[in-house]
Amino acid sequence: MREQILKYFKQDKLPHVFCPGCGNGEVMHAMAQAIDELGWDPTQILIVGGIGCSSRIATYTIFDSLHTLHGRPVAFAVGAKLANPNLKVIIVSGDGDASSIGGNHLIHAARRNMDLTLFIVNNYTYGMTGGQYSPTTPLGSFTTTSPCGHVEEPFSITDLLVGAGAPFVARTGTLYFNELVKLMKLALAKNGFAAIDIFTQCPTNYGRNNRLGKPIDLIKTQASILVPKEKYDLLEPGDRVGKFARGVIQDVEKPTFLDHYRACILSTRKAVHHE
Amino acid sequence: MAIELIEGSLAIAHGAALCRPGVISAYPITPQTHIVEDLAKMVADGQLKTEFVNTESEFGAASVVLGALAGGSRAYTATTSQGLALMLEVLYNCAGMRLPLVMCCANRSLSAPLSIWSDQQDAMLMRDSGFIMGFAEDAQEALDLHIMGYKIAEDERVQLPYMVNVDGFLITHTFEPVNIPDQKLVDEYLGSYKPFQVLDPANPITMGCFTEPAYHMDVRYQMHKANLESTKVIEEVAASFEKKFGRPSGGLIRNYKLDDADTVVVAMGSITGLVEEAVDTLRGKGQKVGLLKIKTLRPFPTDKVREALSGKKHVVVMDRAMSAGYGEILGSEIKAALYGTPNPPAIDSFIYGLGGRDIHEDEIIGMINRPNPGTHRSEWVGLRPDLLEE
Repeated sequence: MREQILKYFKQDKLPHVFCPGCGNGEVMHAMAQAIDELGWDPTQILIVGGIGCSSRIATYTIFDSLHTLHGRPVAFAVGAKLANPNLKVIIVSGDGDASSIGGNHLIHAARRNMDLTLFIVNNYTYGMTGGQYSPTTPLGSFTTTSPCGHVEEPFSITDLLVGAGAPFVARTGTLYFNELVKLMKLALAKNGFAAIDIFTQCPTNYGRNNRLGKPIDLIKTQASILVPKEKYDLLEPGDRVGKFARGVIQDVEKPTFLDHYRACILSTRKAVHHE
Repeated sequence: MAIELIEGSLAIAHGAALCRPGVISAYPITPQTHIVEDLAKMVADGQLKTEFVNTESEFGAASVVLGALAGGSRAYTATTSQGLALMLEVLYNCAGMRLPLVMCCANRSLSAPLSIWSDQQDAMLMRDSGFIMGFAEDAQEALDLHIMGYKIAEDERVQLPYMVNVDGFLITHTFEPVNIPDQKLVDEYLGSYKPFQVLDPANPITMGCFTEPAYHMDVRYQMHKANLESTKVIEEVAASFEKKFGRPSGGLIRNYKLDDADTVVVAMGSITGLVEEAVDTLRGKGQKVGLLKIKTLRPFPTDKVREALSGKKHVVVMDRAMSAGYGEILGSEIKAALYGTPNPPAIDSFIYGLGGRDIHEDEIIGMINRPNPGTHRSEWVGLRPDLLEE
């Protein structure tokens, strides 16, 4: 098993730079396992990262990789996919990278239904710069820029993406590794924009700032936050506060940007050339 | 006044806080983060009464402070590198609207390749923006330039934003003894912010409005002229600051052992401390070497540079940034300043320290003592031949 996963990583770049107990390792492992189980050809995969701890995952894999600007991996990935629609394009981004500085690219890629797979490694903070609050930082929690407790409501990234029209949206956490692999396989195989909001632990910054204990304690908090979608749907609105559905949130079929674009080309040709 | 051994970022945060900005907005980016975190802590501890907003991007942060200034509040932000690049559209607007923002840039290289380390490439994005650009040598000057920055920016003859440039990590993450002025002195010195125009529903105006070709050039000229003429205000402020706070700081240029020097090194930012050591070493060997520190890059202190370098035999300009496809930046500005002056010195220019590449005293001495003075243009110092071989 170990060899099967390791073959997807540049061995000379390991060990990685992530802090002990960080969830990025689990996400990397799950992604490699999902790709392996799908039997994909690694030479046909492009992995795109932005700036942030999780975005560094892209630099460790053996796939072609594009390490882009902060907030822009989705936009760069759109360009790469348009240039070579045969590529399998995977984006690894964080809560800050994807939903804050890059939020605009995120919603528009979802709206256009670009055929991309996005893994958002959501640790509720900017880990790389030392633990400032991000758009998913829970209300009242402590970060270096909210030392008295955070005064803003967080995003539900899945609600945002469902609202923007993404055909496949899911959520889970590093606590649920097998579910993560399963959801990643679904997202990768999806024809269209597919995103997973992956709750993960940042023991170095978010965990310490909120005195949440060891990495394992931090991971365990996911059990009280993440509720299976079927159960979450039955909760009264008041009981949903501070909780998030996990599992497949949305899975619908709809034509992608490229489907519409190809249809447009064909119909124009027909009209112009009377084909 | 109290002298404390503190990190450069905390000195900068003190500098900003002492000026009592009504709104602070920023987005985290290395190596600026400590500055904003220190300010957030001051707000949380009740030491600083301000509206503090950590936005969704640098673009948002720059927009928030622009709005705050337009609404009549003193405002502050800090960033670096990619964050500065993202702010650029707003910052050019800020200068064009003549809003006296003070911002700090923890100077860092620009991508790609990605590097978080120090050079002054990011600052050069701002060279043509209309901002007044000061460069600090150390943590003390970084603090002082914030106070002087507001004084200059808000002067009715200027009304332009001010950018405090500090070398990332080299100043932001090192500890130095810093003299933190009393709040009372700063209050007396700065006074409260009196905007010369403000958004007010009772007396509505439009800022940043559309200009047709019949108006645009003239408005841009006024901004350029105000920037050029701020040299006078910058000198006045440096003098009044020294009188009030008891130490020389900022200004347009500063000299080190320049008067009798035959050879003069021109540099800006934290490197000038090391150049002083090189000057002393060479003077110990009987070589007449001096240093000209560029403290203000915009407005460019042309007259002062001419005066300082007049009659010198040899000038060595050190650039911690480069113009791809041309080379030197500060070097070409020094040459342009000396063009047409009688008996100009031989000028050499060197590019050093990009992306945090270390530079040592012997390398600076090497630049000064290169054979054939006047034949070295945009020479890169400290390149690694092992990486460049095909």
